[in-house]
Amino acid sequence: MTAVSPLLEVHDLHVSYGRVEAVQGVSLSVGAGQIVSVIGANGAGKSTLLGAIMGALPSRGRVEYAGRTLAHTPLESRVAAGMTLVPERRELFSSMTVEDNLRLGAYTRRREGAGDLGGVFTRFPRLEERRKQLAGTLSGGEQQMLAIGRALMARPKLLLLDEPSLGLAPLIVREILRIVAELRDAGVTVLLVEQNARAALAISDFGYVLEGGQVRLSGPAADLAHDPAVVASYLGTGK
Amino acid sequence: MLGPVAFSLSAPSLASKGLALNIFDPAIFPILTADGLTNGAVYALLSLALVLVFAVTRVIFVPQGEFVMFGTLTLASLQLGRVPGTLTLLLVLLAISTVLNVVEALRRGDGRAAGLAAGSGVALGAGVWALTTTLAAAKAPLLVQVLLTLLLVVPLGPLLYRVVFQPLRNASVLVLLIASVALHLVLVGLGLVFFGPEGSRTPAFAEGNTALGGVTLSNQSLLVILVSAVLMLALYYFFDRTLTGKALRATAVNRMGARLVGIRPTAAGSLAFTVAALIGALSGLLIGPSIAVSYDTGFLIGLKGFVGAIIGGLVSYPVAALGALLVGLIESYASFSLSQWKEVIVFTLILPVLLWRSLSSKHHDEEDE
Ligand SMILES: Nc1ncnc2c1ncn2[C@@H]1O[C@H](COP(=O)(O)OP(=O)(O)OP(=O)(O)O)[C@@H](O)[C@H]1O
Ligand SMILES: [Mg+2]
Repeated sequence: MTAVSPLLEVHDLHVSYGRVEAVQGVSLSVGAGQIVSVIGANGAGKSTLLGAIMGALPSRGRVEYAGRTLAHTPLESRVAAGMTLVPERRELFSSMTVEDNLRLGAYTRRREGAGDLGGVFTRFPRLEERRKQLAGTLSGGEQQMLAIGRALMARPKLLLLDEPSLGLAPLIVREILRIVAELRDAGVTVLLVEQNARAALAISDFGYVLEGGQVRLSGPAADLAHDPAVVASYLGTGK
Repeated sequence: MLGPVAFSLSAPSLASKGLALNIFDPAIFPILTADGLTNGAVYALLSLALVLVFAVTRVIFVPQGEFVMFGTLTLASLQLGRVPGTLTLLLVLLAISTVLNVVEALRRGDGRAAGLAAGSGVALGAGVWALTTTLAAAKAPLLVQVLLTLLLVVPLGPLLYRVVFQPLRNASVLVLLIASVALHLVLVGLGLVFFGPEGSRTPAFAEGNTALGGVTLSNQSLLVILVSAVLMLALYYFFDRTLTGKALRATAVNRMGARLVGIRPTAAGSLAFTVAALIGALSGLLIGPSIAVSYDTGFLIGLKGFVGAIIGGLVSYPVAALGALLVGLIESYASFSLSQWKEVIVFTLILPVLLWRSLSSKHHDEEDE
């Protein structure tokens, strides 16, 4: 994290579910225009971390976005300020059409016009073919595209992606991560949580390894990808 | 509940002779049908309001009928040149909600928002008070009184949401239902205090009759059917075509998803209650000329809308509206041949429908957040 100014800074964040502390003092920084990955095993606290940054979960610690401390800022206001989360469970409006889902994605931009439906359809032509279909009837991959498309409709500055490749075929995973890289090139800053550590690090600028709710390792993505500990635990030897 | 409004024949007196009357008599049947549709249209509107409020806020809104009662009786008060008690209720709720908003803003450390909330609360209250007292004393024309009635009753929706249900927004459906029943009792009590025990009618908006293919309908009941139909079309347009309407549906479908696109659940809840109060108040204005409404009339009217809503499983708008129309029709036929058994018949005939619904509906669990 050298010369780039940080868009998001998290200091000593703690999140508890009752007596269980799922995130235990995490600090991280996401530079503007970068892709930063968080990798870690199941239950490491990755989704919890994203939820707390977004304001969907109560937390202790400090979250700074675009130079402002977000303390009492509710989730919906963070969306309006340019942060958007694509959660693990996607949270689509299943009984509404693809197009309605997308249009609602631009809800916080409603005073600036209808949102960039065309841009999303260019990026995901499949969604245009399915625009009148109910979101709940889409395939898993299509639903993930819709979830990302809906998030893009809000024209986010910071996109938080929670396992966008979950349950998808390898070909689609590559496609989705390629689109994430494109988004970064278009100026969107991305905080990416992925099980698929190799593919995630390949497109990332920086990475963090989360274990038991704490940051174990961090560094430039290329270095992490060759770190023996990371290779042993998260990258395996296969493909 | 709603008496026969569609015809000026002396049908009730015929019925009271206790003769075995055939509702399928070609001279009677169309009249009863029109009558049933008139009442059913109002029940249908109420059932839509109930489905909407439940879907967006998970509140089973028992006091929906009280908006109807406040609608009729506020207009009746204004007709008599009195300042309706509704104004007092509105001002008290406005004061409480202003205090809540100010406290909340101060907690956030936002002094400007606190000042704004306090200022706008006081200004709104003063404005409504001045307008109501002036217009009430001046005995304004009917249309102005109707608009004033809406101005007094409709804000009760969002204010009651702010004061009662917004603080409980994370509570279980059961707790919300208990609050809802309590609120119903409070509003009925206030209705008694404000308007007294007697029923009142309001003047008809349309005089005379119109012959439609051999059936003579009063213009008033035609107006009820027409306004209800227009209102339903407007609601359809709102939910199907506008982004705000879609945002309400989205909140109902997936609350977390709605929050993630920036829709505040409290704003959605407030809007749902506004629509519900508008529907209730308009229903009260529509039925006011047909029946004598008193402080406790709202419940039974609301209950019939509720039966429609239940038939729609509290989720389907078209099924709820059709169910409510069915209730109106059954009630009308029953009131003709067996008027003293009317309510019994209405609610008994509903049982098999509900049984069938509960057996045939797939149980989909409520979306947990
Ligand atoms: N609502 C909850 N109540 C109690 N414990 C929870 C809750 N949600 C998560 N946890 C616990 O917090 C820990 C972190 O969960 P989290 O979902 O953040 O993990 P994750 O890193 O995203 O895992 P995965 O890779 O499986 O998605 C886990 O031990 C989990 O069991
Ligand atoms: Mg997770």
